[in-house]
Amino acid sequence: MKRRDFLKSASAVAATSAIAAPAVFSPAKAQSRAETLLIVSESGPNNLDIHGVGTNVPGYEVSWNCYDRLISHEMKTVDGKAYYDKDKFKPELAEDMNVGDMSATFKLKKNAKFQDGTPVTAKDVKWSLDRAVTVGGFPTFQMAAGSLTKPEQFVVVDDNTFRVDFARKDRLTIPDLAVVVPCVINSELVKKNATEKDPWGLEYTKQNTAGSGAYKVASWVAGTEVVLERNDAWVGGPLPKVKKIIWRIVPSSGNRRALLERGDADISYDLPNKDFVELKSAGKLNIISTPYSNGIQYIGMNVKNPPFDNLKVRQAVAYAIPYQKIMDAVLFGLAKPMFGAPADAATQVAWPQPHKFNIDIAKAKALLAEAGYPNGFETTISFDLGFAGVNEPLCVLVQESLGQIGIKCTINKIPGANWRTELNKKVLPLYTNVFSGWLDYPEYFFIWCYHGKNSIFNTMSYQSKTTDGFIDGAVTAAATGDKANYEKDVKGFVDTAYADMPRIPLYQPYVNVATQKNISGYQYWFHRRLDYRTLVKG
Amino acid sequence: MNENISTTPVAAAAPKPENNSIFRHARYVVAENPVTGLAFGLFILIALCALIGPYIVPHDPLASDTTATLHAPSLKHWFGTDQLGRDIFSRVVVATRLDFIIAIASVALVFALGGFAGIASGFFGGWTDRIVGRISDTIMAFPLFVLAMGIVAALGNTVTNIVIATAVVNFPLYVRVARAEANIRREAGFVQAARLSGNGDMRILLAHILPNIMPIMMVQISLTMGYAILNAAGLSFIGLGVRPPTPEWGIMVAEGAANIISGEWWIALFPGAALMIAVFCFNLLGDGLRDLVDPQRRT
Amino acid sequence: MLRMIAKRMVLIIPNLIGVVIVTFLLTRALPGDPAAYFAGPAADKQAIEQIRVKLGLDKPLIVQFGRYVNDLVHGDLGNSLSTGQPVVTEIKNRLPASAELTLFGLILSMVIAVPLGILAAVKQGSWIDHTCRVVATAGVSLPVFFTGLLLVYVFYFELGWSPAPLGRLDAFATAPAQITGFYLIDSVLTGKLETFRASLSQLLLPGFTLGIFSLAPIARMTRASMLAVLASEFVRTARASGLDNRTVIITYAFRNAMLPVITTLGMVFSFLLGANVLVEKVFAWPGIGSYAVEALITSDFAPVQGFVLTMAVLYVVLNLIIDILYGVIDPRVRLDG
Repeated sequence: MKRRDFLKSASAVAATSAIAAPAVFSPAKAQSRAETLLIVSESGPNNLDIHGVGTNVPGYEVSWNCYDRLISHEMKTVDGKAYYDKDKFKPELAEDMNVGDMSATFKLKKNAKFQDGTPVTAKDVKWSLDRAVTVGGFPTFQMAAGSLTKPEQFVVVDDNTFRVDFARKDRLTIPDLAVVVPCVINSELVKKNATEKDPWGLEYTKQNTAGSGAYKVASWVAGTEVVLERNDAWVGGPLPKVKKIIWRIVPSSGNRRALLERGDADISYDLPNKDFVELKSAGKLNIISTPYSNGIQYIGMNVKNPPFDNLKVRQAVAYAIPYQKIMDAVLFGLAKPMFGAPADAATQVAWPQPHKFNIDIAKAKALLAEAGYPNGFETTISFDLGFAGVNEPLCVLVQESLGQIGIKCTINKIPGANWRTELNKKVLPLYTNVFSGWLDYPEYFFIWCYHGKNSIFNTMSYQSKTTDGFIDGAVTAAATGDKANYEKDVKGFVDTAYADMPRIPLYQPYVNVATQKNISGYQYWFHRRLDYRTLVKG
Repeated sequence: MNENISTTPVAAAAPKPENNSIFRHARYVVAENPVTGLAFGLFILIALCALIGPYIVPHDPLASDTTATLHAPSLKHWFGTDQLGRDIFSRVVVATRLDFIIAIASVALVFALGGFAGIASGFFGGWTDRIVGRISDTIMAFPLFVLAMGIVAALGNTVTNIVIATAVVNFPLYVRVARAEANIRREAGFVQAARLSGNGDMRILLAHILPNIMPIMMVQISLTMGYAILNAAGLSFIGLGVRPPTPEWGIMVAEGAANIISGEWWIALFPGAALMIAVFCFNLLGDGLRDLVDPQRRT
Repeated sequence: MLRMIAKRMVLIIPNLIGVVIVTFLLTRALPGDPAAYFAGPAADKQAIEQIRVKLGLDKPLIVQFGRYVNDLVHGDLGNSLSTGQPVVTEIKNRLPASAELTLFGLILSMVIAVPLGILAAVKQGSWIDHTCRVVATAGVSLPVFFTGLLLVYVFYFELGWSPAPLGRLDAFATAPAQITGFYLIDSVLTGKLETFRASLSQLLLPGFTLGIFSLAPIARMTRASMLAVLASEFVRTARASGLDNRTVIITYAFRNAMLPVITTLGMVFSFLLGANVLVEKVFAWPGIGSYAVEALITSDFAPVQGFVLTMAVLYVVLNLIIDILYGVIDPRVRLDG
């Protein structure tokens, strides 16, 4: 470097720091800034414990990073991005897993300690899993999805050995032990803080983390910020590089974008698609987009009530959705299309996969006339206001397009907290929604969304003996490893779902994460939240 | 909300100007105060937009065009286009009618309820006064915008409910003004004369006192029109406004808010400016009307 | 004096009862079902019913109301669903943030509006008068959320003069020890000038946003009250006795004109405290306004009830204090008058 250039750059540095100086920069702060990650997002946790009553999704992120599970997933690379490998497990608190025919045995890491220094024992593991299957609400439901329902299934063999007995053969049991819910909690600490009314100490863990995980919550101001500090004694994996995480809640997406662009924030992951596209083309930040695993945004129709009980009406709607317009104007191309597959495309043994409909107004009109509605009808289209950024323009486009075949829709915005209640009533005639399953198996999606036992996510009230047969068949085939039957059944339920069309898949959404250029180590997880443990700054 | 504090006590003492002198006086006020003239001009423009706007706009305000999204202002699209490619100029013009209707309807409603309750309470005093006073004090103790939000959230977000919410929030203001004015006039000569000639209380109230305090109420109406528009826009901004895709200024600002940072300033700026001009116009007009009604304050 | 205050307190009680009843009914009418919320995403109808019974939401409205009032008497405002915290703690933590912002905005506004008002009154009818009026009216005509966004765009994003709109302090700064809850005051008291500067720079944009909005009432009131005073006997006497214009305006007229302005300020303060919900939302300000809006949107009743009640009490108390002060300053005004 020439002397003159050096001088120039030196004075440039001086000039920049002179401008920045008034704010905060003393050397000590610059140092701490280098080891601190500032994350900004739209909303924060309402509970630090995933077993809590009504814990929201940001709360899952805290649980994931502050608690350990017995096992976790390996990583693989998909399109150059780190992506969890749903088929490969790695030990986290366990050092060894031995899966037998009707049980799995885990040896715990001997040096594993909770954040208060007490060792992690099999007793703690049992207490934690007992808690997950008994507290009710979401954790219990999630455990049941892997046939984990009774405390008797969890057995303490000795201080360092723990066994899970299977209720029945279920391919989802082991994966279900690697989701966020079966986290291991410091049972002695929590019991000390439990009361007679609250035997599981939910009030204590709501405000405090009591795990053995890589991070602990140092302070939490609900709705404002969460500060997490690294647990230097963590044995669940390689010691994380980032010492401190500051997670700030910034409700306005415009402000979040400005913070990123000006280099004040390190990571944000819930910006509107448009911002991600523009930030990507500006090239100042790293933008990582990954499709939701096992998830789609769809248009649902209530098949129990007229007019959508009529197959021809549903097909007419499927021919009147402006799919590509939605992809362009609403999602700015950041999503995977789930429509317009070629007419001769064979059904895959995979989910999600595109259907063969595309916009064709003439065909839609003809179908509607055949169904007995030549002049259309009036209905409402509902969406969750919590995701208005995508849902509102999407519904406006659908409304406009359906108007062309005579279906007049009124748009009905439903506040986030009320959305589930409304879905549960199963009376909304037409709506858009997203569903995505943590466990990435086609039959898992279909059990929730299409099976006749009518779970809350079967929002269409769809009932079909054929579909139920295929789904149950696939579950049994998967448990016994009967590959041929499994493939036949998966193709069967996908084909039936697209023939009956109770819900119209639109696209597979992307998880978009924007980080500063000096941040690396982002990994995609099924829960779609951030894993701080692998992030690196600088 | 503070307008009435300055108006009432002084205005109350003012004798009502004779009818034939009003026009002369109006001319004087406009000549003396060019700002009021400007406001009046703006008002005519806004009223015109509300009346014939939907028939003269160059584009369909609801038609999306995904090949022309987020275009900056140009000759084809004077105010540019939004995320779905809709023409912002057409939307801003067409929205005038809805915002105007919300403002007028809510003001008419609160005038009918609050104005009447106020007159009755000022005229009769006693229990009527106490009950009306309690109701309006209770409303006043609420944080008003949050009360409006609550009403819309509880009743559902339709235009009617926005109108109701805005009217409820303005209720105490109308009560206070009307009550003070009616109270001063209850023993006035013309009231006594009407009573002597055998008129009932109700008749005196409606046929004599109401017309008499109309000018002062008009000032209030003009000022609250502006507030009504702001209130509706604020509700839309937080997602409790009218239903999409109906064009409405507040919702358009809210939609464009996120785009300001990314450089598409026109989406929020034009509806924001329209909103501001309308509110500005009503406020100035209210001021001008006050000068008209209350010539004493000018000297 | 004490007896008058007591009398006023008695009169206040029905208002507060009215507020409690209306808020209770309004929040119950909100769409949304806390039972479904608590039961979690995968709950079936039976599970939701169980939670409903547990929360006491299956009881008739009157029983629920009784229970609510009972909790209220014991100082319990319930728990927020979305933040999971007791409402009382949240309001206690957030009120200083809102109060500091509102007060700061009000002071900014006064610094601009009072001279404007005086000028307008002194030069009544001139172009200065018209300009003052147009400026103040323009301020009150701008939707606050729009002003806030514009200021952020210009001063943070384009010019980079202002810090990130991230609430009360920069993410890497630490809050001063809590004494009054006002960061500006606490940082001075604890001698942390850097924190003072950091929190002042965070306050400027939202403060101006609020300030611009409250220009009009203050300027108008100052103008009106100045006009009234300028036309009064004693000013005329002062003028007649040959005092120069400056002295008359500042020492005689202004002092007397300030009294009604100060009462207006009290009203404006309590109005703004409730109205700054939108400003808080734009600037991610951790105040009670943004808290209440979020709660309302998510049908989270307890914080809404708590917020409304706090504001009502504040409003009533503030009015009482103003009236008392007014009585002290100007003995002609009687409290019960």
